Amino acid sequence: MALLSVKGVNKRFGGLQALGDVNLDVMENTCHAIIGPNGAGKSTLLNVLVGKLIPDSGSVVFDGQSVLGRKPHQINQMGISRVFQTPEIFADLNVMENMLIPCFAKRDGAFRMHAFESVRHEKSMIEKAEAMLDEVNMLDKRDMLASSMSRGDKRRLEMAMCLVQEPRLLLLDEPTAGMARADTENTIELLKLIRKERGVTMAIIEHDMNVVFSLADRITVLAQGTPLVEDTPDNIKGHPKVREAYLGEAQVEGVN
Amino acid sequence: MFGLTKKDSTLMLVVFGLVMLAPFLLNPFPEGSGMAQFNAGYPDLMQRFVIFGIFAVGFNLLFGLTGYLSFGHAAFLGIGSYAAIWSMKLVTLNVIPGILVAIVVAGAFALVVGFVSLRRSGIYFSILTLAFAQMMFAMAYSVLTPITGGETGLQIKNTDTPLFGGPVDGSIGRANLFGYEMGNSMELAVGNHLFTFNLGYYIAGFFLLLAFYLSIRIFRSPFGMMLRAVKSNQQRMNYTGLTPKRYTLSAFVISGMYAGLAGGLMVAMDTQVGPERMFWTASGEVVIMTILGGAGTLMGPVLGAGMIKYMENIISKINKDILHEWFAFLPDGLEDVIVSLVYPFIGKGWHLTMGILFMLVVIFLPGGLVEGGQRIAKLFRRNKTADTQDATSRTPAE
Repeated sequence: MALLSVKGVNKRFGGLQALGDVNLDVMENTCHAIIGPNGAGKSTLLNVLVGKLIPDSGSVVFDGQSVLGRKPHQINQMGISRVFQTPEIFADLNVMENMLIPCFAKRDGAFRMHAFESVRHEKSMIEKAEAMLDEVNMLDKRDMLASSMSRGDKRRLEMAMCLVQEPRLLLLDEPTAGMARADTENTIELLKLIRKERGVTMAIIEHDMNVVFSLADRITVLAQGTPLVEDTPDNIKGHPKVREAYLGEAQVEGVN
Repeated sequence: MFGLTKKDSTLMLVVFGLVMLAPFLLNPFPEGSGMAQFNAGYPDLMQRFVIFGIFAVGFNLLFGLTGYLSFGHAAFLGIGSYAAIWSMKLVTLNVIPGILVAIVVAGAFALVVGFVSLRRSGIYFSILTLAFAQMMFAMAYSVLTPITGGETGLQIKNTDTPLFGGPVDGSIGRANLFGYEMGNSMELAVGNHLFTFNLGYYIAGFFLLLAFYLSIRIFRSPFGMMLRAVKSNQQRMNYTGLTPKRYTLSAFVISGMYAGLAGGLMVAMDTQVGPERMFWTASGEVVIMTILGGAGTLMGPVLGAGMIKYMENIISKINKDILHEWFAFLPDGLEDVIVSLVYPFIGKGWHLTMGILFMLVVIFLPGGLVEGGQRIAKLFRRNKTADTQDATSRTPAE
């Protein structure tokens, strides 16, 4: 069953057709990658999915409900979490507080005036946050200031913040962009682990072929705002249209 | 204690002790001595310490936690004052209803101003709040004269006949708490020292303790954590399913209510109000108090408010004659040189001293006086640890 269903989505910016008739189904319990060259419309599509942009036409349905016209925080409350290209965390807060905020958001909704409760009395929330930190091997860093961590750890923390909300769908926007080799590999390992342990549905927008081919169950190739092909990684690798539009022989050889 | 951690309880007790013992602590010098002008333990000034302390503690809940710099907070203080004085003129001279009305009315105005101003952030938010405050000042000063008394402001007159318990003999009514007048004082003479215990001061002090306690609770609550999240990353908040704007607006209204409380207390103490209370310099003052003491810390705003009010009232009183007295031991020529060098910094020049102090703090202690205290405590602790291996936690606030 399709968890997220994008149908006939169009988006123009002035004279530029950023998205032209995009159709896409992300099936439950799969990892769906969306790849494409620069300017293919990947980020525009993502921004439509999270409610930052409203398309000119078409529909986006998540779990039977339309997401169009909803604000980012409402879409999150529906069960879609987003990981950003550069980790978006609460840099001035420590790791534990970073984890507790999504826990409270999940339990209490978009706003609650819990001004006379004490954070330290929220035992169940703290346990939940600690368990999640343990899962991503960050429990020893719980009292560190988030801004003082490495890029890789920030990414790890951001993912933990998303996962602790137990989202139905995790959106990842180039999760390894600008990372050192070791951090990239760590992140891939982490994503694989999350897939295995939690079985959360993922949609990844990515440039790095290594990430995509080793993770994704299905790949959609986007070019000039339109889906070119959608298939399994193995078939995408050998697809002549894809080579032509995007990959280039050398890169594909490199992957093999 | 009262749902506070041990550290916070200690802090609360320290503030409690300071408020209760202020008449002693602020009057360390015997009457008639050369240093007696540094005594700050008289009711009028002590009341100002705690009232501005409340104002700054409330301002800090907005600025210190969310990072939104309101430059129009004095408007809420003024509105609180006007509301309180009308309550006293029309309803009762008891201060409690007046203070409650002040809090509610200021909160309602803060809701409106905040709702509009929070559409923008950063400098634009500051300018919007400033614009609102200046509009309110201008209106209080001119077109709203029937309500605000215009330039002369409002006082309680002998023609005022409150519904409950006004004076019957045609005298001017006095603010009271169930019959006990705010001006009531008890004096205690110990040797050459004279200590004054004023009812009004202790009532204001009670509200400061309450305000401070609530501020600690908010700092340690999930709500307080959300406010710090607003300062840190609103984008992440949105994508975590939260609405930063509603949190910020709540903080804005709460801090507006604190300002209203301060305004109501001012009226309770001196039963008068004028529009200058809402002028933009008054809004600027609370910003300076908070930053001087340490924005985002619990204790900072209280310290900053005390510091500024002390300098405003004490340093400004020092005049040339006093300087000559101090430096009389120097040879005549040198005495004149020193006096003329120091003179610009005292009396009306206290702003200069203040400005230099503020610059030094911002440059060398970005965390304000609290950071200064923490650094000293750290030094102290390092020495102590070396001596006895005893690392007691002496650090105040945060």
